[in-house]
Amino acid sequence: MTVYLLCILLFLIGLYGVVAKRNLIKIVIGLAIMEYSVNLFLILVGYVKGGTAPILSRNLANKVFVDPLPQAMVLTAIVIGLATTSLLLAIAIRLYRKYKTFDIREIKNLKG
Amino acid sequence: MWILLTVIIVLMIGGAIFSLEARDLLSAVVAYGIVGFGLVIMFLLLQAPDLALVQIVVEAITLIIMIAVILNSTREEVKTRSKRTALYVVSAVIFAGLFLYFFNRVTGTLSSFGEHAMRMSEAYIKPGAEVTGSANLVTGVIFDFRGYDTLGEATILFTAVIGVLTVLRLKGRR
Amino acid sequence: MTIIVKKVTQIMCGIIFLYGIYIVVHGHLTPGGGFAGGTIIAGAFILLIIAFGSGFLSLKKEETGSSILESSAILVFLLIASAGLLVAGMGIFFVNYLPKGTIGHLISAGFIPLFNIAVGIEVAAALLTIFLALLIYKDEVIK
Repeated sequence: MTVYLLCILLFLIGLYGVVAKRNLIKIVIGLAIMEYSVNLFLILVGYVKGGTAPILSRNLANKVFVDPLPQAMVLTAIVIGLATTSLLLAIAIRLYRKYKTFDIREIKNLKG
Repeated sequence: MWILLTVIIVLMIGGAIFSLEARDLLSAVVAYGIVGFGLVIMFLLLQAPDLALVQIVVEAITLIIMIAVILNSTREEVKTRSKRTALYVVSAVIFAGLFLYFFNRVTGTLSSFGEHAMRMSEAYIKPGAEVTGSANLVTGVIFDFRGYDTLGEATILFTAVIGVLTVLRLKGRR
Repeated sequence: MTIIVKKVTQIMCGIIFLYGIYIVVHGHLTPGGGFAGGTIIAGAFILLIIAFGSGFLSLKKEETGSSILESSAILVFLLIASAGLLVAGMGIFFVNYLPKGTIGHLISAGFIPLFNIAVGIEVAAALLTIFLALLIYKDEVIK
């Protein structure tokens, strides 16, 4: 149970980074930490004590597998997290070229 | 076993807090690497080798792109102290406390850590090898039982690449 | 970069590329699959570009080539999945219609190896396109 609570504490730290920071790169880091914590939580739910990886091999000692369904979902989610983070960083460097700063309180013009 | 997991999660939390409070942006990115590589160790301990493979390479590529972005722009961050810090801290602690309390009640309805019920996965594991014909059950689930989800994920990746190409175009039509 | 980095990269990037192809092709037997192998192949190319600098490539042509490769890979994915509609006997989209073979051999498991190859090429080309777009932007801003 403490493992679940610590995982959600990581999520709350990422949320603090998104909400309370002024620097654009810190916001991107906070969002990426939130994504990591959610992937970790899904794998934590599917763990079985004494289980092995869900791959059939020639000589198996025990036949207790961990849950393969969350692993299949998180596998694609990790690669999509990379694509999302790189999209955010592309927007960030575009904003830096125009305003010469990463501070979100200076980025106020809606046109141009 | 869960002692090892707890220690590594505490290390990840420490790295995350340092990465958000660092004054230099380069130190923040290096501390963000602690979170990513700690996650690799967690995946290996939770018996998920495919995920550990993907997470190592994805973390390395993310660190490369972030450092390239930071070294071509500024490296410092301006911090000022606002006047109502005590109010912000108290409200943040109250919010976090409520969140954790309700989350504890929700996960009380799940089974405890390590005794997963596996109600749905029994229908995937038992006929899994004969129906799909693959020895790797995760690949069988991705491409045969849950093929539509993989199609959607590939489309999302494609859309993200189109988004990056659109944002970074410098010469457009005037 | 110094000459040690360049020599080591020349030796290692071929090995990393071969390792990525191994993980993609054996996706139905060992842990890995299309997504893991695709990112490793992209990592080999990114390592090469970082170690040698971007003066050696004509970046616009590389980026066009890799984005064409990515689009055609996802098109092949859709075509293989839609070919299940034409097989006589089952008119279902995305059904496994190739023969299954014995578990544990390289040529088995229906069309899962073909899907692994298509997804591997798509992920590798996508990550390479993102990296080349950032590099082109940096070159144009510096100029």
